[in-house]
Amino acid sequence: MIVMEHISKRYKVARRSGGAGAAMKSFLRREHEWVQALDDVSFTIRDGEMVGYMGPNGAGKSSTIKILSGILTPDSGRCTIDGLTPWKNRIEHVKRIGVVFGQRSQLWWDIPVIDSFELLRDIYSVDPAQYRRNLEELTALLQLSELLKTPTRQLSLGQRMRCELAASLLHSPRILFLDEPTIGLDAVSKLAVREFIHRLNREHGTTVILTTHDMQDISALAQRVILIGRGKILLDGSLDDIRRAGSENPGAQEEDLDRAVANLYRRLGIS
Amino acid sequence: MKKYVSFFRNRFAMGLQYRAAALAGMTTQFAWGFMEIMVFRAFYSANPAAFPMTFEATASYIWLQQALLAVFAAWMLEPEIFDCIVSGNVAYELCRPIRIYDMWFARSMAARLSRVALRCFPIILVALCLPKPYGISLPPSAFQFAVFLCTLVLSFLVSVSFYMLVYVCTFYTISPMGLRVMVGSVVEFLSGGGIPLPFFPERVRGVLEILPFAAMQNVPLRVYSGSMTPAETQRAVALQLFWLAALTILGRVLCARAERHATLQGG
Repeated sequence: MIVMEHISKRYKVARRSGGAGAAMKSFLRREHEWVQALDDVSFTIRDGEMVGYMGPNGAGKSSTIKILSGILTPDSGRCTIDGLTPWKNRIEHVKRIGVVFGQRSQLWWDIPVIDSFELLRDIYSVDPAQYRRNLEELTALLQLSELLKTPTRQLSLGQRMRCELAASLLHSPRILFLDEPTIGLDAVSKLAVREFIHRLNREHGTTVILTTHDMQDISALAQRVILIGRGKILLDGSLDDIRRAGSENPGAQEEDLDRAVANLYRRLGIS
Repeated sequence: MKKYVSFFRNRFAMGLQYRAAALAGMTTQFAWGFMEIMVFRAFYSANPAAFPMTFEATASYIWLQQALLAVFAAWMLEPEIFDCIVSGNVAYELCRPIRIYDMWFARSMAARLSRVALRCFPIILVALCLPKPYGISLPPSAFQFAVFLCTLVLSFLVSVSFYMLVYVCTFYTISPMGLRVMVGSVVEFLSGGGIPLPFFPERVRGVLEILPFAAMQNVPLRVYSGSMTPAETQRAVALQLFWLAALTILGRVLCARAERHATLQGG
């Protein structure tokens, strides 16, 4: 169970206007602005839920994921995940979660994928029998057998993303955070990733929290959607709620999800 | 502990696969070693009595230094560690049940040892075959050799814990360039990388020998060539132990602070 209560976080951002003059001026005096990344964010996610976490770029999605995974300390508010505060009990907490950052890689660039996996096995102290079972299952479901002996640098993006997913699940986490897992993938890889996540949730009861801009990801995976904009939670409900709220005619539902979301962003003034 | 060992193993295995780099490095080190020895020979032929170490000892010092370069070299820092801090990939490292400081310590040790493993034996072998006084001489006694190995291990650890400070400081400065360039030249000079510390003027030397830099390559290289008295060696080992403790404690404290205050950039 994940409980977020009144979480806020501000970042200090360096600002200056373009051009040589402004650059010289900023050499003498720096100007900073505070940007409110998260503003009083609260929600609760039960075990085994699949939640889509949506919002335009810069809305605070990644900050939320970073707080939930224990790598960012908020300025105020409380957060407990299965009774632990992520940033205070970091090492205890991260043993139970898996994280995939779609735009980053956790595999070692120059060595075969299987070596990265074995390193993760040791880092998480996974029991050898358990590791073998997980590896077999993941290899079969994500079709990794050909890829395991290849160095990461020689994998295509789709192949790598399948390996990244497997890497995050070797220690059987109870909660999986996916930060844009399908970014840049072709149709076949996207479907494979979605299918896999679905199965994981169904068979292992893994809680999945997914951030993405791909509405098809959301509609394929999430039973519940949390919409965030300018650091605030704006909507917490089902996809139908989004369709209704994003419709141009009151009372109707917008069928095209992308359009519904775009309408909604415009109406809320967060795009 | 096992996680750090396997981290070490992975990085070590990775280091061994860069064969061309090892060959190129070895060639450079041969050339550099010969050049240095030629320069010193010119000085010594002018007035051998003016130097604090015999020419044989200096030649041994230089060859051993070239063979063990990767153990100490200040410019052989891990680019992957800087990249992962600068790009924010460190996010992945932070969400592992592992202590960042210890993990990077294991990683730096492995990177350096894998380089040394590939390069030191050919250099030492060739230097052993060179005619006296240009080659490397055998250590005076088995005991002396054992002391050399102990100080070598200590100086390796002191070096790694010093360079760990550079990695950790990158959390604060964001760009590692300035620090790397500065540390590279300052450490080389003050640790006896350019010229052995005994060649420095008396009063400068007195100060340098207390600094952590002297606890790096200076001690084992001089122990091997026999240019340290037992009393000096004892003092040097005590200083090595002191600096090892001080630097690792400082590194851990800074690292823990950085982990709490890290803001990860770029989405």
